[in-house]
Amino acid sequence: MFLSMNWIKDFVDLSGLDELALINQFSLSTAEVENDIQFKGKDLSGVVVAEIKSIENHPESKKLHLLKVDIGAEELVDVVCGAPNVRLGMKTAFAKVGAQIGEITIAPRPLAGYMSHGMCCSESEIGISDDHSGIMDITDDVALGTDLKELYEIDDIIFEVDNKSLTNRPDLWSHYGIAREFAAIAKRPLKPLDFDDLSKYDGLPKVDMKIEDPLCQRYSCLQFENISRAVSPVNMRIRLYYCGMRAINFLADMTNYLMLEMGQPMHAFDSRKVENIRIKRFDHDFEFQTLDGVERHIDTDTLMICNGDTPVAIAGIMGGLDSEIVEDTHTLTLESATFDAVSIRKSTVRLSHRTDASMRYEKSLDPELTTAAIARFVYLLKKIDSGVEVVSALTDDYAYHYPEITLSFDKAYVDRYTGIEIDNNTILTTLERLGFKASENDGEFEVKVPSWRATKDVTIKADIIEEITRIYGYDNFEIHTASAPLFPTRPEPVKKDEDNIKDILVKRYALHELHSYIWNYVDEFKAIGIENIGEIKLKNASNPNIETIRKTMIPTQLAQVKSNIGFSDSFGIFEIGRVVTGLDENNLCIEHKMLGVTLYQKTVNVRDLYFKLKSIIEVLFDDLKHREITFKAVSPEREYEHPTNLNEILCDGEVIGKIGIVHPVVQKKIDKRACIVFAELDVEKFAAIENKSISYEAPSKFPAIEIDLSFVTSKFAPIMKAIENAKCELIKDVEVIDIYEEGERSSIAVRIVFCDATRTLTREEVTAVSDAIVADLEEQGIMLKG
Amino acid sequence: MKDFFSFDIFEEIGQSLAEALSDATDPQMIEDLRVMYLGKKGYITDLLKTMKTLSLDEKKTFGQMVNELKQASADSIAKRAEELKALEIQNEIDSMPEFDLTIPTKEDRGSYHPITLVQRECERIFTAMGFNVEDYPEVVTDYECFEAVNVPKDHPARDMQDTYYLENGELLKSQTSAAQNAILRKYGKQLKEQGMPIRAIFPGRCFRNEATDATHENTFFQMEGVMVDKNISISNLIYFMKTMLSEVFQRDIKVRLRPGFFPFVEPGFELDISCLICGGETGCPSCNHSGWLELCPCGMIHPEVLKEGGIDPEEYTGFAFGLGLTRLAMMKYGVKDIRDLNSGSLKALSQFTEDK
Repeated sequence: MFLSMNWIKDFVDLSGLDELALINQFSLSTAEVENDIQFKGKDLSGVVVAEIKSIENHPESKKLHLLKVDIGAEELVDVVCGAPNVRLGMKTAFAKVGAQIGEITIAPRPLAGYMSHGMCCSESEIGISDDHSGIMDITDDVALGTDLKELYEIDDIIFEVDNKSLTNRPDLWSHYGIAREFAAIAKRPLKPLDFDDLSKYDGLPKVDMKIEDPLCQRYSCLQFENISRAVSPVNMRIRLYYCGMRAINFLADMTNYLMLEMGQPMHAFDSRKVENIRIKRFDHDFEFQTLDGVERHIDTDTLMICNGDTPVAIAGIMGGLDSEIVEDTHTLTLESATFDAVSIRKSTVRLSHRTDASMRYEKSLDPELTTAAIARFVYLLKKIDSGVEVVSALTDDYAYHYPEITLSFDKAYVDRYTGIEIDNNTILTTLERLGFKASENDGEFEVKVPSWRATKDVTIKADIIEEITRIYGYDNFEIHTASAPLFPTRPEPVKKDEDNIKDILVKRYALHELHSYIWNYVDEFKAIGIENIGEIKLKNASNPNIETIRKTMIPTQLAQVKSNIGFSDSFGIFEIGRVVTGLDENNLCIEHKMLGVTLYQKTVNVRDLYFKLKSIIEVLFDDLKHREITFKAVSPEREYEHPTNLNEILCDGEVIGKIGIVHPVVQKKIDKRACIVFAELDVEKFAAIENKSISYEAPSKFPAIEIDLSFVTSKFAPIMKAIENAKCELIKDVEVIDIYEEGERSSIAVRIVFCDATRTLTREEVTAVSDAIVADLEEQGIMLKG
Repeated sequence: MKDFFSFDIFEEIGQSLAEALSDATDPQMIEDLRVMYLGKKGYITDLLKTMKTLSLDEKKTFGQMVNELKQASADSIAKRAEELKALEIQNEIDSMPEFDLTIPTKEDRGSYHPITLVQRECERIFTAMGFNVEDYPEVVTDYECFEAVNVPKDHPARDMQDTYYLENGELLKSQTSAAQNAILRKYGKQLKEQGMPIRAIFPGRCFRNEATDATHENTFFQMEGVMVDKNISISNLIYFMKTMLSEVFQRDIKVRLRPGFFPFVEPGFELDISCLICGGETGCPSCNHSGWLELCPCGMIHPEVLKEGGIDPEEYTGFAFGLGLTRLAMMKYGVKDIRDLNSGSLKALSQFTEDK
C-alpha cells in the first residue's frame, strides 16, 4: 500500500521533524516500509499556469499549433504545441525556459521552423497522472504565472508499506490509521477528522434495507442527489494517483479517496437499481456480471447485495455492472458496510478476484467505521460540490457488535515481560496516543481497546505489551541475559546416533550424504522399473509425480544413483530420512526414520561390494552399540530386491533393517554394467538398542597359540558352530584368513587363537581342542583340506 | 730372534690391515678381515703362537706388543665398520629421489549434506548454551501444526494451497512450530517441579505446497528454538538472538527487531541482522542497500500456546524463534539455487567434505 506524507500531515503536524527518519521509525515500530521511497515533484520546477491567448495552425503541419501564451508576464510567449486539446482561453501547465521536467531542462528551440520558448505540459509529463492525451486543462480560478507547485500538492514523499505486514492491522489500511501511528511515534497529537452531522437528515425517509444474513455485520447507507462535478479536484486526483489508483470520475474517486483515507470501502449505486436492499446468500449458483464486465460464478457461500431478489453486487468485493452509476443517474445510494472477514477472504479465493475493498474486509474492519465514513464522505462532498443534497436519512443496520475489550494488568507484568523499566507515564501516554483509553491506579492499569483494534488484533494483555514496546522502540532496549539455573543437556538418543552414523559413513567409508523428497518420484521410479510404491497419498499435490509418500528410502536412492552415473565408477550414498509405512488403528501415519545406504560400483565382483556393505552395517552396530548382528534370508517384497542374498538385519532377535542386491531388471535400467547393493536401517529402532558398555580385559602376559585349519567347504557357519561346540574358554578369537571359492574345491581357512591369562598353554592341550573341532566337522562331511 | 723383535712384522701387519680396511666396501669384507687378523687362526693370533721359543722376558715384551697390535687392529676395524655404516646410510639418503608434490593425489572422501553441517554448527552453539536438541516427525496432525500453536481455523496458512495435506487428514509439517506443543509438554513437568527452564531447539524438515524456483523449495529445513522460565523478557530475547547469531556468523552481529505478526507469538518480531557483506554501514546490493538482512521471525510465546502446552502464562513467559537452516546454508556456502540442495547431485554435494 502506498502512502502520502502530505495526506498523513493532514492529520498530524510533523513540522520540524525529519520525515525520512520518521518513516524509518515507522518501519521499526509498526510495519515494514519497502526500500524505494519516492520523492514526488523532486525533478520538477519552473512549471507555471499559462493561458492560451492565440492559436494559429502551423502552415505545414496538421498537428502543430503556434500559440501565444500569457504567463502573467509583460509579454506573451511564443510556443509551438502539438496537443490536440488546445483551445483559446484555456489555462494549462506551462514549462518556462529554464524549467526542469525530469531529466530535461527546457530551452528555446526551433520546432518545424518556428521558435518555441517553452512547453505546454500534459499531466503525465508533470507526473501527476497517467493522462497524456493532451495538455493539462486547469479549470481552477488561479493567477497566471503561479508556480504549479504552489497551487497543487505536487511535492510529496510516497512510501510503500508491505501489505503482508499489515495482515493483523485493519486500522492501518488507511492514511488516518497510519497518521495515528506517526502521531504516536512523533509524540504529536492526532487531529480529529471533520464530519458532516448526519443527524440533521433524521427526518428524511429511510432507505429500504435489510440484512438477511449473519455474514453482514453492519450495513449503512445514505442517498443524495445533484452532483454537478464530473472531475475531481486536482489535489484529490494527485493523491489517488500517487497512491496507485487512477482517477475515474468524481464519485468513484470520492469512494476511493475515502477508502484510502479512512480504510472503509464504499460503493455508490444508482438508487433506481437498489430500491430494496437485501444482503443475503442464494441457495443456488448463478453467473453475475461485475462492473469490470466479467461474468463471475457465484456459489451459495458468496454473500451478495441484492435489490429484492436481484443481485446487484458481490458483498465486499465488487459492484455489479447493472447497478453502476450511468449518465442519467439522478439519485445515488452510498453503501458503507462491514462483512465477515473470513467469508470475504474465502469468496475472493473462490472467485480468484481480489480487490482493494476485499483486501481490507479480509482484515476484519471495524464496523464503527461505516457511518463515520459516510459522515466524512458527505462533509468532503459538500465542501467540493456545494449543491449536493442528501435525500434520505442515514439508514443503518448494526447487526453484529464486537464485544468491548478492557484489559487490566499491573506494572510488574510489564516489567516482567519487557525486562526493562518503562515508567507509568510513558505507558499511559503511548497507549493514549494510539487511541486506547488507559488509566493507572497504584501500579494497576486498566486499558480499553479502541474499536478499530478490537476486531481481532488486540485481545489479551500481551498485545498491550507490544503496543508499549514497539513505540518505546526495540533499539532503545537495554539487553541482558536470562538468569536460569544450570542443568545438563542430554542429547536425544536418536539425534546422537544419527550424528555418529553420519560420521562413520562419511569419514570412514567415504560415502556421500544426499537429501531427497519424502514423496515418490513416480516418473523417475518408473524409468528404473519401480511402480509399486505405496498407498499413502497427498490430497493436494500440485503434480501427480509427487502424489504418494515413500515407504522405503531405497527407490529414491536408486533414482539418485541413476542420476549420478558418470560421477565416478564407484560411489556410495546415504540419507537419514522419513518414510511412512502405513496407517495405525487411529488412521494416523506410521512414520519411521530410516537410514538408506546404497553402494554402486562398475564391473566388480558383487560379492565384494555386498560384503563391503555388510561390513559397514556391522561396524555401525559394533562401534555405536558394541553389539553383534545376525542376518536372516527373506523373500523379496519389492521390485528392486534380488531374491538371492536378501537378508533381514537382526539385533537381539529384532529386525532392524534389510540388506540386499538390486534386482537385475532394475539394475540394468540404472546401469547395464554395474553392481548396486543397498541396506536400510530403522534409525529409531537402532537408537533404542541398548549400548553394551565395553568390558575391559587385561591382555594376557602369556603367549597365545594360533592354530590354522583349512576346510573343504563354502560355508562358514558350520565351522563356527563346531568351534562353539568345543566350549573351550581358551579360544580368544576366530578369524577367517582365506576363502577360496571354486565349486567343489571351495575352501575356508580359519585361525583359532588360544590364550590363557594365568599360564602358558601347552601345544598338546590346544591340539586336543582343535582335533575335536576337526572331528566334529568331519562327522558332518566337512574335511580338512589335505 | 731379532726378527721377532723387529718392528717390521708388526708394522707390516698393521699396514696391510689398514690397506685392506680402506679397500673394504661392505660389512662382510670387514668381518672377513676381522677373522683374518683377529680370528683364532688370524695373523695376530698366529704371532702369539711363535712366542713359545722366547725367554720369559722376551715373552713379556712380545706379548705386550702383540696385545697392543691386537687392540689397535680391533679399533681400526671397528672404526672402519662405523665409517662404512655411515657411508651406507648416506648412500641410502642420497639414493632417495625427490618427489614431485605437484602430482595430485586422490583419496576417496565422503561428504556431508550442507544442511547437516549448518545444523550441527547451530546444535553445537545451542547445546553449549544449555539447549536440548529435539527430533520431531514430518507427518503431523492439524492440531500439532496449527491449533496447538494458536493458528486459528480460518487462518490463510491453513489453506490447502500452502500446506500438503494427506488423505487421512494429517499433513506434512509446514513449520517446525508443529513441535512446540510436544516440547512444552515434554519439559513442562521439570519446569514446574524442579525449576528447570525449558530450553530446546528442534531442527527439522518442513514442507510448503508451492512452485519451486531458484529461491523457493517445497521441502526445506528450519530450526525452531524455545526458552521458557519464570521471567523471560523481550530484553532476554534480544540479548539471546544477538549472542547466538554472532556465534553462528562468527562475528559481532547487530540485530534489530521490527513488529511482525505470527499467531504463535505476542509480541512477534521480524529480526534483521546487519548486512554480512557491507556490515550495515553503507548498504550494498546483497542487502538491497538497506544495510539489513531479514533473517528470522521470533517473539514472546503467545499465552495461548503456553496454555495449550500445559504451562501457566501468568507464571511463566518464554520466547521462540525460527531459523531457516536452508537459508543459512545457502548464505554460508554461497549456494545460489535452493534446488541444488535436494537435487541429489554428487557433483554439487560431494564438495561438502569437512565437518567444520
